[in-house]
Amino acid sequence: MSTDVVAARGYLTDLLAGHAQPPVSPASPVSKKPAWLKALRAEATERVGVLKMPIPHDEAWRFTDISALTRQSFHPLRTPTSLQARDIERFHIDEATTRLVFVDGVHAPQLSSVDVGVGGAGPGGAAIVVGNLASAIATDGSTVQAHLGRHAAFHDQPFAALNSAFLHDAAVIIVPHDISAATPVHLLFIATQPQLAAHPRTLLVAGPGSAVTLIEDYVALHEGAYFTNSVVEVALGANAAVEHVRVQRESVQAFHIASCAVSLAHASRYHSVSVALGARISRVELDVRQTDEATECSLDGLALIGERQLADTHTFIDHAKPHGVSRQLHKTIVDGAAHAVFSGKVMVRPGARRTDSAQSSRNLLLSAKALVDTLPQLEIFADDVKCTHGATVGQLDSEEVFYLRSRGLSEAPARNLLTYAFGAEVIDRIPVASLRRHLERSVLEQTTRQQ
Amino acid sequence: MILQDSRTLLDVRGLHATVNGTEILKGLDFTVKRGEVHAIMGPNGSGKSTFAKVLAGHTAYEVTAGEVLYEGRNLLGMAPEARARAGIFLAFQYPIEIPGVGNSQFLRLAYNTVQAERGKDELDPLEFDDLVREKMKLLEMSPEFLGRSVNEGFSGGEKKRNEILQMALLEPALAILDETDSGLDIDALRVVSRGVNHLTSKDNAVVLVTHYQRLLNYIVPDYVHVMEGGRLVKTGGKELALELEERGYDWIEAEAKAGAPSRGVSP
Repeated sequence: MSTDVVAARGYLTDLLAGHAQPPVSPASPVSKKPAWLKALRAEATERVGVLKMPIPHDEAWRFTDISALTRQSFHPLRTPTSLQARDIERFHIDEATTRLVFVDGVHAPQLSSVDVGVGGAGPGGAAIVVGNLASAIATDGSTVQAHLGRHAAFHDQPFAALNSAFLHDAAVIIVPHDISAATPVHLLFIATQPQLAAHPRTLLVAGPGSAVTLIEDYVALHEGAYFTNSVVEVALGANAAVEHVRVQRESVQAFHIASCAVSLAHASRYHSVSVALGARISRVELDVRQTDEATECSLDGLALIGERQLADTHTFIDHAKPHGVSRQLHKTIVDGAAHAVFSGKVMVRPGARRTDSAQSSRNLLLSAKALVDTLPQLEIFADDVKCTHGATVGQLDSEEVFYLRSRGLSEAPARNLLTYAFGAEVIDRIPVASLRRHLERSVLEQTTRQQ
Repeated sequence: MILQDSRTLLDVRGLHATVNGTEILKGLDFTVKRGEVHAIMGPNGSGKSTFAKVLAGHTAYEVTAGEVLYEGRNLLGMAPEARARAGIFLAFQYPIEIPGVGNSQFLRLAYNTVQAERGKDELDPLEFDDLVREKMKLLEMSPEFLGRSVNEGFSGGEKKRNEILQMALLEPALAILDETDSGLDIDALRVVSRGVNHLTSKDNAVVLVTHYQRLLNYIVPDYVHVMEGGRLVKTGGKELALELEERGYDWIEAEAKAGAPSRGVSP
């Protein structure tokens, strides 16, 4: 056992050492980094030296064996891939005129498109900030400093610590007071080379009364193995409204580890739809914390996996103040010898009276070797609350299959249609029409292929 | 309508079927010719719905003896979808709700599947939309039902209309309507019946499975059969339904037990 620990610790340190001189994008020369950022990175680097890789003995990782990840070695980006606009055209989302592109973790300004008209200027001339870390610090350094690294804890989180140790660049969106972004902001993270590790970082600050839709999108241009280690921080001001769509369509050999920390101020509303289709092993940790009363959050998730994929979703909804509402629907469709994990904790702290929470985990197993571990958890320490949760694991309903067959559909298309419909319930909640249509097609293709 | 020289569409001989090891159908004989409307009546638990589902090929039922010929072919060897494509249609007693599958998408998929089997052209969404809206008028259905998931949140009457809409689109040779009248108010019953009557012709046949005589005021059968204990024990004309309404089923049971002659097939 002790050798495991040493080996696992060595892995993190190796990863760090391998990136001692991380590539930087032209727009963010290292010399401009402020002292607070250097301090943040130094603290994270120190934690990387102390923390070890999770093993199945760790409660939070008991269903998720990541030894396949730790057996692999990844190297830093040596030669950046030069992409042309046409190479990524198929990933464009019609509605999103603002797009920030990161290629193997490095900001690619020539592929990005920041439509300054997004939402326009607000009272007092404030405008939405969309850019990489250096440009955001130059425009609104105090807001970046107030939020970056303040929401995503890394003290005991090895992957978040690793990401923070590499915090040289980030996608930053700052929406000022009472501004509504007219169109979604699309963050496109593209993997182009095998055996690379990338540590994408995202910060969204939605000011009081503002509204914005963020699409976080992970794609690959190759089918090889690589490692994406992402951290996202989302801070909602009072009465802010954020729609957050997360699409993970990495290569099926990839490793994707991500955490997202969301902070909800008074009467703010947060809705996320997270869709996991790719990666050999993926893990998403979503933490939503209420810092004031009367907040609303809805978390919708879908994992559609097959073969030997593993998709893990860990969520934590922290009702710390009164009158909070939370809704969660998490679905998985598991084929082949794939393994889906869902652990969803809803915490209702003392004093969080009139909390209204409902959580549902629904899982569809398509093969005898498919596996689901689902763990909805409710911890209530307050009175006068309304909380429900539940989980179902099952196969396709034979009466539904017969109904479709009795109308002339063959068995396989009938099953495909029902499988698709199961997933479509989540896809339908994506507030961006063209992305919704695109994903519906992907799900339909994937369910058709799987049968 | 009873036609001279009409060809036999369905011929059921000595049919036995079980569900979960319990025998429900116990030697059923039944013959249908094109153009005819048959009503199968009988008390609860007599096996009416089981018979309807066995004809449609429901996988939960096991046929243990007997044979069923449909247009001279061995129906029991055909998968449910093959039966549907060959012209058999079952209107479900409890139509299934399928959240997430759009009703319009479902109807077009079913329609095109059956069209392809018949060597006819499939319709694209726009062409199909025109067709389905026309058929919906017949059933006084709002086009709004096209935009919803299959049967999801439909009232009992709306589900039954949606079943008959499917019948109108698929134009089956043999339509089996399982308790289509249950859960319908009088207006809905009138609309659904008018729809069915509009669809009957000399080339197809309808089998009405019903507990009550009420439906038969609207869809007039050529033959009325009484099912009892998994067999058809009595057959008569439409007046038999009225007699059943008046006297109940007990006298039939008594008659059957006394060994009264009953052929259980169309004369």
